Amino acid sequence: MTGTVVTVTSGKGGVGKTTAVANIAVALASEGKKVVCIDGDIGLRNLDVIMGLENRIVYDIVDVVEGRCRTRQAMIRDKRLPELFLIPAAQTRDKNAVSPSDMVRLCDELRAEMDWILIDSPAGIERGFRNAVAPADRVLIVTNPEMSAVRDADRVIGLLEAEEKPAPSLIINRLNPNMVRRGDMLSVDDVYDLLRIDVIGIVPEDENVIVASNRGMPLALDGKSKAGQAFRNIARRLNGEQVPFIDLESTSLWDRLVKLAGRK
Amino acid sequence: MAESSLIQIKGIRDGLLVTLGEAAWPVAQRALLERIEAQPEFFKGARLSLDVGAQALRTAELTALRDQLSERGITLWAVVSTSPVTETTAQLLGLATRLFKPSPSREAPSRTSSRAFPVAKGIDDETALWVGKTLRSGTRIEFDGHVVVLGDVNPGAEIIAGGSIIVWGRLRGFVHAGARGNRQAVICALDLAPTQLRVADEIAVPPRRHGKPQPEMVRLKDGLLQAEPWPGSEK
Ligand SMILES: Nc1ncnc2c1ncn2[C@@H]1O[C@H](COP(=O)(O)OP(=O)(O)OP(=O)(O)O)[C@@H](O)[C@H]1O
Ligand SMILES: [Mg+2]
Repeated sequence: MTGTVVTVTSGKGGVGKTTAVANIAVALASEGKKVVCIDGDIGLRNLDVIMGLENRIVYDIVDVVEGRCRTRQAMIRDKRLPELFLIPAAQTRDKNAVSPSDMVRLCDELRAEMDWILIDSPAGIERGFRNAVAPADRVLIVTNPEMSAVRDADRVIGLLEAEEKPAPSLIINRLNPNMVRRGDMLSVDDVYDLLRIDVIGIVPEDENVIVASNRGMPLALDGKSKAGQAFRNIARRLNGEQVPFIDLESTSLWDRLVKLAGRK
Repeated sequence: MAESSLIQIKGIRDGLLVTLGEAAWPVAQRALLERIEAQPEFFKGARLSLDVGAQALRTAELTALRDQLSERGITLWAVVSTSPVTETTAQLLGLATRLFKPSPSREAPSRTSSRAFPVAKGIDDETALWVGKTLRSGTRIEFDGHVVVLGDVNPGAEIIAGGSIIVWGRLRGFVHAGARGNRQAVICALDLAPTQLRVADEIAVPPRRHGKPQPEMVRLKDGLLQAEPWPGSEK
C-alpha cells in the first residue's frame, strides 16, 4: 500500500483547516479507507478535541520524532471508526521540536500502512507550515469568501509554486449563499477569479459545524447537514470521483425555475 | 582548501551576514554547513543573510539550503547576489534580496538613493526581466531594467522596476516603473486595475473601472500620470 499525504493549510488562521481535516478524515474512513490524521499545530493542538479523542492521548508527535515511542503507540484509534487514527500534536513544546525532514520520514513510514495521511497545518507561513507541506503529495488550501483570507491563500499558493510543490486545490469554507446573493460576500467565482486553482470543495456556513466540534463528533458522520455533505464530497473527489457541486449559491434562482416549470 | 577561506561571517544590524567564496555551489554549501556544525550554539536562532556572489541558484538549491538551515535552528531571510537568476529565485521564495534597501513604499526615490539600489553588472534600463507566471500576494520583484510578466499581478504583489513594466494579464497589485527616476518609463497591462501605480516619483490610485477591461498604457504626460487605451489614437 502507498498512502497519499494530503496537507491542509491556509495562511490565515481560523478559516477551518482543523474542521476540514477532521471531517474529510471521517468521510474517508467511513468509506472503508485507512486514514491517519497528524496534528501539525504543535503548541496549539486541537484536532484531538474536534475528533473527541483528547482524553486518550498518551504519546504525541514529538515523542515519535524524538524516539520516546514507536509510531504505532502514538496513533490513537477513533471511537467510532476502527480504521481512523490520530497522531496528536504536543501541547507543551514549540514547533521547532519537529523538522521538515522528521515529517518526511514519519509520513514515509505511514504511507506503507495507510491509504490517506492528512496533515493539519498551523496558520502562517513559518516553520510549522513548512513542516506540514514538506511531505505533501497534495495540498488543500482552505479559505473563506473574504478578501483577507483569499489574499493569504494567494500568498501560500505563490510559495508552493515557487517551491515547485504539486499544484494545490481549493476549499472555500463558510460560504453564506444569502450574503453572496445580497452582494455582501465574495462569490465562488470572485474567489476563483483571483486564485485560479482547482476548486475541490465548497462548504456552506453551518452552525452545526460548531455544535459538532464541541461534541467531538465531526458532522461528516451526519447524513443530513449540507456542510457534512460538502465534506463527504471533498473526500470522494480526493478519491478521484467526479462529484457535482451542491447548488448553494443559486438556490433562489433554482427554486424559481423549478416552480416555473412546475406551473406549466 | 581551508573552509575559512570559503566563508566570511559578519554581524550586521539584521543578524549575520555570511559571504560565500567563489567555490562551486555544493562545495560552498557544504563549507557553510560544516562551519555551522562546528559552532552550533553561535548560530542557533540566528537570522542569516547570505551573499552568494555571482552564483546562479535555482529554486531547488535555495530551498534545500533554507531547509538545511532551518533544521539547525537558523532562519535564512536574505540572499544577495549579482546574478539575476538567483535574485529572482530568492524574490519568488519571499526572501529579501537587498540588505539596506530604501523602502520604496515610504521614501520617495531619488537619484541620491541609487547607491542603496545597486546595479548588478550588465543590467541597465534596456535589459528586461522575464517573469513567465502570475505574481501572487507577498511576492516582490525588484529589477533595474524592464519587467515583463506573462500572467497576472495579484493584489499584494509588487514590482519595482528601473524601466517599464508590461503585464500580459491583469494588473491588480502595486507597480513602480522608472523607480530610479526615469520619467519615460511606462506601465502596460491587458487589464489595468492596480492597487497603486507609480512612475518615477508620481503616484496614482486609479479609479475603479466599470465595464469590460481593455489593454491600457500609463505614462507621464505634462507631469501627470495618465492611462490611455492601447493601441491609442495617437502614435
Ligand atoms: N462551515 C462552517 N460553518 C460554521 N462554522 C465553521 C465552519 N467551518 C469552521 N467553522 C468554525 O470556525 C472556527 C475555526 O475553525 P477551525 O478551528 O477549523 O479553523 P483553523 O483554520 O483550524 O484555525 P487555526 O488557524 O486556529 O488552526 C471553529 O469555531 C469552527 O467550528
Ligand atoms: Mg487549526
